[in-house]
Amino acid sequence: MKTRHTCITTVVFALATAACAGSTPEPQTGPRASAEELAELERLYEARADSARMNVNEADVRFMTGMISHHAQALVMAAMAETHGASAPMLILTGRVTNAQTDEINLMQGWLRDRGRPVPEVEIDGTELLIDGGPPMRMHGMLTDQQMRELDEARGTEWDRLFLTYMIQHHEGAVAMVADLFGTDGAANDDIAFKLASDIQVDQITEIRRMKLMLEELTSP
Amino acid sequence: MTPSTARSANFIHRLAPLALVAGAVVFSACASASGGMPMTPTQQAPMAYDASPGDPDPRIGLGAGLFDAEEAIWNLEWVSQSPPPPSFVGSTNSDLAFLGDYAMQGNYDGVMIWDISDPANPTLTTEYVCPASQSDVSVYGNLMFVSGEGTSGRLDCGDQGVQEAVSHHRLRGIRIFDISDVRSPEYIANVQTCRGSHTHTVLKSPSDDENVYIYVSGSSSVRPEEELEGCVAAGDDPASALFRIEVIRVPLDSPEDAAIVSSPRIFQDLVAPETHGASPADERMMEEAVARGEFVATIQGQSMVLPPQFIQPQLQRVMRERGGTGTPTAADSAKLREEIPGIIEAMVSQQGGGEDEDPDAPRPGPTQCHDITVYPEIGLAGGACGGYGLLLDIRDPENPVRIDAVADSNFSYWHSATFNNDGTKILFTDEWGGGGAPKCRIDDPYEWGADAIFTLEEGRMVFHEYFKMDAPQTSIENCVAHNGSLIPIPGRDVMVQGWYQGGINVFDWTDPDNPIEIAFHDRGPSDADSQGPGGSWSVYWYNGVLVNSEISRGLDIFRLIPSYYLTQNEIDASNTVRLDYLNAQGQPQYVFPPSFALARAYVDQLERSGGLSAGRIAEVRAALADADGGSRNGLSGLANELDREAGSSSDSAKVRTLAGAVRDLSS
Repeated sequence: MKTRHTCITTVVFALATAACAGSTPEPQTGPRASAEELAELERLYEARADSARMNVNEADVRFMTGMISHHAQALVMAAMAETHGASAPMLILTGRVTNAQTDEINLMQGWLRDRGRPVPEVEIDGTELLIDGGPPMRMHGMLTDQQMRELDEARGTEWDRLFLTYMIQHHEGAVAMVADLFGTDGAANDDIAFKLASDIQVDQITEIRRMKLMLEELTSP
Repeated sequence: MTPSTARSANFIHRLAPLALVAGAVVFSACASASGGMPMTPTQQAPMAYDASPGDPDPRIGLGAGLFDAEEAIWNLEWVSQSPPPPSFVGSTNSDLAFLGDYAMQGNYDGVMIWDISDPANPTLTTEYVCPASQSDVSVYGNLMFVSGEGTSGRLDCGDQGVQEAVSHHRLRGIRIFDISDVRSPEYIANVQTCRGSHTHTVLKSPSDDENVYIYVSGSSSVRPEEELEGCVAAGDDPASALFRIEVIRVPLDSPEDAAIVSSPRIFQDLVAPETHGASPADERMMEEAVARGEFVATIQGQSMVLPPQFIQPQLQRVMRERGGTGTPTAADSAKLREEIPGIIEAMVSQQGGGEDEDPDAPRPGPTQCHDITVYPEIGLAGGACGGYGLLLDIRDPENPVRIDAVADSNFSYWHSATFNNDGTKILFTDEWGGGGAPKCRIDDPYEWGADAIFTLEEGRMVFHEYFKMDAPQTSIENCVAHNGSLIPIPGRDVMVQGWYQGGINVFDWTDPDNPIEIAFHDRGPSDADSQGPGGSWSVYWYNGVLVNSEISRGLDIFRLIPSYYLTQNEIDASNTVRLDYLNAQGQPQYVFPPSFALARAYVDQLERSGGLSAGRIAEVRAALADADGGSRNGLSGLANELDREAGSSSDSAKVRTLAGAVRDLSS
């Protein structure tokens, strides 16, 4: 049996020494900032974070709010994969969409919450999507109820084909939303908003390319 | 070598928060998990170290804090931690560059220049405030280059941002500084680009001493033509700013004349991505499909489940061919499984081998690269570009040419590339989620947001395996593969890499099919309640130390220590390598000058591989010890003996390498 030893190291002010068993000595170099200095830096850090949160651009708020609805619909679409006979590559794709967009919804909700803005709450029941208890905002590229029904009724390869077709449309809508944002005076000056919008654009353009190739492979026998 | 062979104390410490305090002294309480009794320190032979950091992994459950998070460290020594100065705290630290004794640390608000000549006591030489994200920084000679991408970056370095959607005050592109005096950088030029510069690459070509070249990677939106002439976003317009990189030529004797000289369309005609075949995740799904009774096939390297519309008629045919009727039997099904590869092959060849039906209609490839790592000594670059990893020939710096491209269904966003030192392998990272998302949770797939290792075989990239920082992180720690560099361990491919709030780790990818983690450092979340900014943006080896740009916490410096995976001789040999400068996307060739450490490092490696007998290892070590400081007359003979023994060793190449290192010492 392997014996394991754990060293718990604590620092004691102005108290000398005790080398931990079996360990190399702790390097006694580097630290120059005092506890007071670090506390002051942390206060400054918090103050800057607060100030960034107070300085909110309305276009950024609209973007975050609308993109939550937009992303939430992607979750509804991707969730069908398991039950609608999606192929293995499609399961990878939908798994990735679910994971990425769930994280981004959390990030956008957190961004709005930190800034004291209304946070859209997402409810998904089967293929029904509710935002704050009502129908979602209809953002660029989002599927119509009719398109959503078609997707829900499809199975197997036909589902794969429809999903790719509609998710390309859906992603292109997100890319258009980002373009609108960047075209608005004062928008996306917030570091988080800029990075999120840029990431959405890059990720979704990359995924659109991937989906177009998958769609071509599917439709050219 | 499995963990069960390890016998002695491991080297994990939870560094408590106040370890940063000036003049503090470390007091250690030790407990044995098996009995709680303190142990007596003993001198460890290298092979007596633990092969594993322990179970559970000490990176799990670390307490949160901005400057006082709990830490876990394994096989590294902590040299210094320097918080950011008040002028930069709270703004994101980005990438690093190194010049002489200095480390340049980018920040969304400008650049900090640290004097790291004493790595235990870095001092801040310069705080240059000039906001723009990401402020990735590079150097060459007396020049410093800084990337600007965010829409709030200003030509005048003001911090008020730019409110107008179209403005002539906006800087998106490359800022150029003269840093002949690092204490006061002189802002000498800008090169504006359509998409700004998310990152950039400085290329000093061996064949051109008059210029350096900058490859600009821009991943944000194309700005309006009213702001910068010639910027066109439409993908189908031949003048589009998408689908290209920009190459800037910087004349070294007049850097203010830097300008874009070409916009190579290295993505042109990229057709259906060539893949490395089924990834482990794909294979698992295929196996599961087979277990469910489905039929699978591999078509152009892509595994897929065959649809029932295809299978049912085939089953009927198999049944009819044996004269059967009704429902196909299990035997029919088994026969069809055998036939499927042939059927698929015939179908594919009928279609002209899967060639594009319309060769005149090239499909546009990725629109941009994130990083391009140049390795000028071998004339190659690795481009991490949208959904592809590219291999580029850069012998003509103004006109890089794509040699190969790979895609991977497990890769979301190809982010950066690192070659091994002899240029036979390349590693790409996947920044799944863009770096702001927690992608190292326990249920995030190992293959996603990871590294992918390829060998280079006659200009083709051949996939081997994934590698990911594998200690589960919380959902409030952004974590995914990010930037790192090769560490010059002779005869091995060892790399250090940042994983945002997953910390940093060191891993060995000498065997491309079996990468293994050999050291790490990690902090708890930067905020206890929600995801705060923090983590390793990038960490690089530079002249004996590992320098980490921590997004919120500042500049960390570490040193490798001997471990189960690394001997003191290997570390000493790595410390003989000296660089004059280092850029994140410019890979230097590591050259090991002759040294006893180098020869001993190879002896240690032969001991590890069993390539020489224990007796012979002892003899060689004794001979090296005699010669070190004494007469080197015997070394030539020793080298000749080793050459003769190489043929019968299980590790012939290493024995010959050792012979060469010994011979170099004799002359």
